[in-house]
Amino acid sequence: MSAMQKRITRTLALISTLAVLGAATGCHKKASGVNPSSLGPAAPPAAPAPTASITADPLAIDLGQSIVLNWRSQNATNVTIDGIGEVNLNGTQTVSPSNSTNFHLTAKGDGGTTEANVRVTVRVPVAPSAPAPENVDMGSEAAFHQNVQDIFFDYDSFDLRPDASTSVAQAASYLTAHPSIKVVIGGYCDDRGSAEYNLALGENRANAARAALISAGVASNRLRVISYGKEKQFCTEETESCWQQNRRAQFSLDR
Amino acid sequence: MHSPRRTPLFQHAQFSRIGAIFLLFAFVSLLRAQDTFKTETSSGVTNVRIAVADFKPSSTDQQTSGLKGTFDTTLYSDLANAGIFDIVSKSLLPQIIPGVPAEMNVQQWSAAPASAAMVAFGNFGVQGGKILCNGFLFDAKNLQYPQVLAKQYNEDASEDSARQIAHRFADEIIFRLSGGSQGIAESKIFYVKINGGNKEIWEMDYDGANQRALTSLGSISLSPRISPDNSRLAFASLGKDGFQIHMYSLILGRMVAFTGTGGTNITPAWAPNGKDIAYSSSRSGDPEIWISDANGALARRITSFRGPDVSPTFNPRTGSQIAWISGRTGLPQLYIMDTDGSAIQRMTDGGYATSVSWSPNGQFLAFAWDRKYGPGAPGGQDIYIMEIATKRWIQLTHDGGRCDFPSWSPDGRHIVYANTPDGKAGHMRIMTMLADGTQKRALTGPGADMPNWSWK
Repeated sequence: MSAMQKRITRTLALISTLAVLGAATGCHKKASGVNPSSLGPAAPPAAPAPTASITADPLAIDLGQSIVLNWRSQNATNVTIDGIGEVNLNGTQTVSPSNSTNFHLTAKGDGGTTEANVRVTVRVPVAPSAPAPENVDMGSEAAFHQNVQDIFFDYDSFDLRPDASTSVAQAASYLTAHPSIKVVIGGYCDDRGSAEYNLALGENRANAARAALISAGVASNRLRVISYGKEKQFCTEETESCWQQNRRAQFSLDR
Repeated sequence: MHSPRRTPLFQHAQFSRIGAIFLLFAFVSLLRAQDTFKTETSSGVTNVRIAVADFKPSSTDQQTSGLKGTFDTTLYSDLANAGIFDIVSKSLLPQIIPGVPAEMNVQQWSAAPASAAMVAFGNFGVQGGKILCNGFLFDAKNLQYPQVLAKQYNEDASEDSARQIAHRFADEIIFRLSGGSQGIAESKIFYVKINGGNKEIWEMDYDGANQRALTSLGSISLSPRISPDNSRLAFASLGKDGFQIHMYSLILGRMVAFTGTGGTNITPAWAPNGKDIAYSSSRSGDPEIWISDANGALARRITSFRGPDVSPTFNPRTGSQIAWISGRTGLPQLYIMDTDGSAIQRMTDGGYATSVSWSPNGQFLAFAWDRKYGPGAPGGQDIYIMEIATKRWIQLTHDGGRCDFPSWSPDGRHIVYANTPDGKAGHMRIMTMLADGTQKRALTGPGADMPNWSWK
């Protein structure tokens, strides 16, 4: 959003538009260069800048399900959505993406260009390995998962391993830099052993990760813990590598 | 445990008296662990030989034969599964079917090949949409006054009533012939039905009949526990704040309030007074055993030790002790304590012990135990019972796949449990057996887990 605002501000400054517009869009940012309001009335009124919005319903789906994209624009002459192409100025479309996608809408008009984004999360029921990087710019979700990585545990243990300290330090610094993010920590166990005991063990695992983040400086009220025990298995094969994937504390954005 | 002691003795040259004593000691203590002890599977006498006659149809209503078939099958299986009878095979019974005492000639039944000590018989008919059933129990050895029991039942005609009448008559017979122990034929089993990604709470009769859903929460619900008076069911269910205790009223047929708290709250257990509930709560950051009233209020913490504390169960006889599972020393072990958190005693000496259930007479614990648990270990998880006073245990299941969640029947003679022959969680089914490990049979098909037997 701030990038968009900055770009609009710059565009307006360049064509020396009215002070009112400049003040309205630039008020939260220190305008780079000349403050348009100091230039005084000069140029004729320009065409109004286009506005655009895009929404998706639902925002998260399982693989194979579809979503409805819905977009609206004003003062635009040409609207495109990456991956779909040129579309009507206002419209809806049903799509079923095969993985999490950032739908990026660009609206061009006489008054300039504006953009809108919506991120759709596709839950793919396979391994939690990081998805292949895509060309679309990293949404906050992707950046989150890149910086705040799952912590894995030894069998029947909720003690943090030495290799977890790197993940914790990286996660803590990312969370410190993004103070608005809240996190749910899910505690998971492999499918051996008993369901009831594993729920308590998963709770201890998630709490161990939470305690490590708190001692690394993350405020405790930003961290919520849920134990799933062995009720939500990522990987269902009877192998150590699969069990290891299931024995983890998993971080996700708490919306 | 004993073999490391024994091996150096054999290597020793002067292996004589000391060695012999030591060996004897090792052998005796080995026996001690494996020794059997008396469970309540028998009534203290040799099993009574009982003949169960098919009941005589007493009306020509077209419903009679179908419902009478249900009744006969249910009565026979109730008595055969009770564990206290030597039941006479139907092929050995006399040809004549008596319907009323006047038609009964007990000598026919006490003579070979039936050789019965007791005979259950009667008549069954449907008239005007009602079942009328008369049941009798005769002592076949008492020629002068053979009648032990006579019961009359009058219910609306349905499959379910036919089954319930049979259960009630069976319970009367068991009560008379078992030395006063209440029958279990009217008891219920509550369990988790695995339904795709969801798990709902279901209910069935003790013999696996009449399976039906109680909840439809579209979530994962676990650990159903029925209150002592059969009025309420506590369980844990996954919501947006993780697993929490929920309460279902069987009288109102809907959910009722249970005060929520922070953290993960799971594995409820009823005190025998029906007023208190013990459960595992991590509201303080670590899963501990807490006790609250049945509405979730007045919660107090009982344990405080780092690591998982979970799956409590009250001593149903006294209500003053709790058995539970704790991971305070690593792998989960079985412990008991008083309800104020004192007198903690560890019961298992190793392995992976979970899912404890306390026998109705207070003497035994049934639990799931994998004695050789670990990565790559060949252990299997089986059902064991332990005599609390001596900590002696016996293994009840062997090589039948993974077993879990034993729960005692109200009479303490049976144990219901979950079993998956191939170890796959989705193939879990509910089995029952006598508390000495005999007469195992499945009550459900695959997709059923965590059984809990009602208190009565």
